[in-house]
Amino acid sequence: MDANSPMSPGQPAGSFTATGRGPRLLSGGGTRATVISSVSTIVVLAVLVIIFLLAPGARAFEHTFFSPTDMWRSFIGNPKLGYYSVGAAIWLNIRMFLVAEVLILILALLVALIRQSTGPALFPIRILTTGYVDFFRGVPLILVIFALGFGLPALNLPFLSDLPDAVYGVAALVLSYSAYVSEVYRAGLNSVHRSQVSAARSLGLSQGIAMRFVVLPQAVRNIIPPLLNDFISLQKDTALVGTLGVIEANKAASIYSETVFNFSSFTVAAILFLILTIPLARFTDRLIERDRRRRLALGVQ
Amino acid sequence: MTGEAIKIDDLHKSFGSNEVLRGINLSVRSHEVICLIGASGSGKSTLLRCVNLLEPINSGRISLFGQDVTGPRIDANLVRRQIGIVFQSFNLFPHMNVLRNVTLAPTKVLKTPRAQAEDEARALLGRFGLIDKADDYPDRLSGGQQQRVAIVRALAMRPQIMLLDEVTSALDPELVAEVLEVIAELAAGGMTMLIATHEMGFARDTANRVCFLEEGRIIEDAPPGELFTNPKDDRTRRFLRRIVEAKRL
Repeated sequence: MDANSPMSPGQPAGSFTATGRGPRLLSGGGTRATVISSVSTIVVLAVLVIIFLLAPGARAFEHTFFSPTDMWRSFIGNPKLGYYSVGAAIWLNIRMFLVAEVLILILALLVALIRQSTGPALFPIRILTTGYVDFFRGVPLILVIFALGFGLPALNLPFLSDLPDAVYGVAALVLSYSAYVSEVYRAGLNSVHRSQVSAARSLGLSQGIAMRFVVLPQAVRNIIPPLLNDFISLQKDTALVGTLGVIEANKAASIYSETVFNFSSFTVAAILFLILTIPLARFTDRLIERDRRRRLALGVQ
Repeated sequence: MTGEAIKIDDLHKSFGSNEVLRGINLSVRSHEVICLIGASGSGKSTLLRCVNLLEPINSGRISLFGQDVTGPRIDANLVRRQIGIVFQSFNLFPHMNVLRNVTLAPTKVLKTPRAQAEDEARALLGRFGLIDKADDYPDRLSGGQQQRVAIVRALAMRPQIMLLDEVTSALDPELVAEVLEVIAELAAGGMTMLIATHEMGFARDTANRVCFLEEGRIIEDAPPGELFTNPKDDRTRRFLRRIVEAKRL
């Protein structure tokens, strides 16, 4: 991370062109631009608050969704009164997300490599993976979660039918997201110019070694932003596992609202999800910007 | 090593319905430098890619040091180890620094220990005036430097033959000389080379023989003094006249 973090204040006017940096959240540079953007932000926020306060049901709405006491109670939880802590439940989302992410990165890469392969011997697996990607990209995630979470236990298989519901949920997330992410990988592999393969093979590198050391590192570098984008989406979608009865943040919030008849618990869940996703979103922006600068530098040369 | 380094018999190569090589016959002795000249699309690059087995051929035969490398059961990776090829567009690996570019193949293919591979790479880089670039990434280098690194990368595999595919065509005019000097040095050191080039002056000074290609055939194959001053074939004459008019000779 360099000293000029994306929103560092007090950049001299015209620094945008001088340093070749791209547009910012507060775009451009200079005091005038900063003042204008601050004023317009305040005006927009004020208008939104006024519209909200003028609405006929504003008080009732505020009590139902933004009641501080209810927000605090649902965040802490109280099993004796029949509801769980949303704040504790979010840890399950985080764990599911982390495990799913690692598995997705591996499975999706395998699928992408098989689909990119050309050997005739791999033809049947290639067909199979194509079918896999078509199927899981087409079927809604929630149906996959239901199918695994309710279907596998019903089959009464040894081992496979006796797992915790969260495991079925993670498996569904992995199956569904790997189909998407394998396409991202594929785009990355295709983005590496063929001449790189020629250069590697001409040095005597086998196909596997050329893939491992020459093509894949460049491909992964190119796809980090879209990959992170998919992972932001994955973080949120861990909430769908709650439909299996797993007490994750959204399910905990839902139990609170059904027990106390107040929806502020969902606000808490929303805030917690935002705390998870926004840093990742900003990080993605940063990488995209760095990439853009690098391309620009290369183009100038 | 003396004798025949490369022997090509009646080589045909098509891309779809487009026949690019229409019966190439060529023999290169060890330590010989052959320049291939001809208009763009005459088949020079394809010929080099075929010799390196980067392109499958349609018919004919290519032998290296007496061994047929176009038959079945040939390990292309083993063949390519003996042949270095340098491309017009450098094709350095952009995600590795210069040293790693050069040591990748020795460490992964020849299984040279890393420290030894790096010592050898530094020695080669030093020989070609690139030692202070060892830790730089390719996008930090000029075109001429990149192309010299590409040559060093190929040499690090200790090839017995070097194929150069219009290695100066993508360079700014003032950077051409530094690359040509390197190639001349290799020629002086006895490297067997097959060079596709548009640099007629370089071909005249460096090559033992010059081959003029047109439409996938070798039209004329002669020592440079003969081919440039007294071409036998009308087509060679016409090509050279166009080159002279373009002030490239």
